[in-house]
Amino acid sequence: MITLDGITKTFGGYRALDNIDLEVKDGEFLALLGPSGSGKTTLLRIIAGLAFPDAGTVAFDGEDVTGLKVADRKVGFVFQHYALFKHMTVADNVGFGLSVRKRGQRPPKAQIRARAEELLELVQLGGLGNRYPAQLSGGQRQRVALARALAVEPQLLLLDEPFGALDAKVRKTLRRWLRDLHKQMGLTSIFVTHDQEEALELADRVVVMDHGVIEQIGTPEQVYMEPATAFVSDFVGETNHLPGGIHVRPHEFRIVEDGGQPVIVESIFRKGGVWRIEGSLASHAEVVELDLDATLAPPSPGDTIRIVPRRLKTFPQSGATSHDQA
Amino acid sequence: MDIAVNRPPPVPLAPAAPARAHLRNRLQRNRSVIPGFGLTMGLTLAWLSLIVLIPLSTVFIRSAGMGWSEFLAAGFSPRAVAAYRVSFGTAFAAAFVNGVFGLLTAWVLVRYEFPGKRIVNGLVDLPFALPTAVAGIALAAIYAGNGWVGQWFEPLGIQLAYTPIGITLALIFIGLPFIVRSVEPVLEDMSAEVEEAALSLGARPWQVFTRVILPAIMPSLLTGFALAFARGVGEYGSVIFIAGNMPFKSEIAPLLIVTQLEQYDYAGATAIATVMLVASFAVLLLINLIQAWSRGRMQA
Repeated sequence: MITLDGITKTFGGYRALDNIDLEVKDGEFLALLGPSGSGKTTLLRIIAGLAFPDAGTVAFDGEDVTGLKVADRKVGFVFQHYALFKHMTVADNVGFGLSVRKRGQRPPKAQIRARAEELLELVQLGGLGNRYPAQLSGGQRQRVALARALAVEPQLLLLDEPFGALDAKVRKTLRRWLRDLHKQMGLTSIFVTHDQEEALELADRVVVMDHGVIEQIGTPEQVYMEPATAFVSDFVGETNHLPGGIHVRPHEFRIVEDGGQPVIVESIFRKGGVWRIEGSLASHAEVVELDLDATLAPPSPGDTIRIVPRRLKTFPQSGATSHDQA
Repeated sequence: MDIAVNRPPPVPLAPAAPARAHLRNRLQRNRSVIPGFGLTMGLTLAWLSLIVLIPLSTVFIRSAGMGWSEFLAAGFSPRAVAAYRVSFGTAFAAAFVNGVFGLLTAWVLVRYEFPGKRIVNGLVDLPFALPTAVAGIALAAIYAGNGWVGQWFEPLGIQLAYTPIGITLALIFIGLPFIVRSVEPVLEDMSAEVEEAALSLGARPWQVFTRVILPAIMPSLLTGFALAFARGVGEYGSVIFIAGNMPFKSEIAPLLIVTQLEQYDYAGATAIATVMLVASFAVLLLINLIQAWSRGRMQA
């Protein structure tokens, strides 16, 4: 179990992390989700031992590791841009962690090589051990980086925007694959992302961060359906801001014949299996986005439709405006 | 969905098509978007011939006028061989020392922020800008037996100026910018992430240096080494002041050439020049091969 207690970090007067408390259970897949500047990467680096907090403690299984350097923490770290060693073959990259061990603990060369092959097999890159990183695609490089991190048998796997530099299709495949791998290995893992879809799809629990504080910790379901703050409601999934601090998701509107709010349709396009309608509320001149079942006949621009929310969340407005500035 | 199903199967290409397509691809690939290749390449070749190749070839043509035995006698006289040894030996030693300290300087300039960094940065280029004679006079004054630095070594029986050590010191001064400026961009390009990755895998700092950083910057370090070495072999202005120029001890090959010329021994001078030229070329070729080998592995 990883326990963070009162972690605070400032960079030249700027509070990157403000009194963060967090517990990560064994075997859990945790996402740190937030916009850039929310402090999520700094927090991950502090857990890794690549950065050190100004105040607060980091404990692994009850043991204080706050002062330990990254080399002594037994963590695997996967970087956004892979950070592979370009002058080494893929197999040498993967075996690096074993080959730098002290003489007594270092396995013989043949054994390191065998272990590297085994891990490459695990990340579905069997037989590519003799290539150089420059000869691989982005997705393959990221898997090499993962195999390299796993080679030292870490007790904790940390991933910083692991799919950030990949194109959409590769990202999706790799995401699913990583989720399966996590299930298979059961290794406690924390990953940082700014992509809410990624966090909701992969994580057991999501930590939503903004401006150096934790806004909400919960399962993907809780974070999406029961956002604790206006920021979470806004950042996780799409949300319409209606007057009075009311937040409604685009798919949570219903079209009615009578009553409800009149909306003038401005544009309409197909968004996957739904019609996405952008319109303006006649009463408040607010822009609203709503989704309409694509099997129904779509309205035309200029039409007036009447809508009622099926489900809504209300947040204090002062909070909402302060986050809107972000 | 229906549209996709009803689409006709793709028409197989005519047998000749692949070959034609291949040819077309090649033609297209050879056509550059940036115009003016023919003109600029022609000018480049003409210019290089005029400035580099023709003057160098006269060295060969002149020395070819001598017979073999004459050439060997002039080019490999004991005095000439001693001069080669001094020239190449000191240039090599200086390039090596610069390799170490130039790398250190580049490292400090790239990795750390400190007050006066711009000044240090400017100091590195000073040997480029300074007339070499000025450097020679300054160095001779400092390292001479009664100079600021030389006086501390004199009692120990170590003479700096007027020995190969003095020559090496001058060449270190001259060659420093080559190493720093070659290594700097590569170090800048290398993200701190790579080092952090190595650390996170349990590597100790010296392992990070020897196994991750050094191999990555080796090609550029070799480039800098080659440049510093080449400059050192050819350096004249700063060396003659500090070398003492004693035949068989501290006489460099370029100076020997000048001496021969002053005695109107053109054949002897060109013979030495030819040997220098071939030797320098061989050394540069060797360094380039090593470089191509280590670079090729990374880019493949």
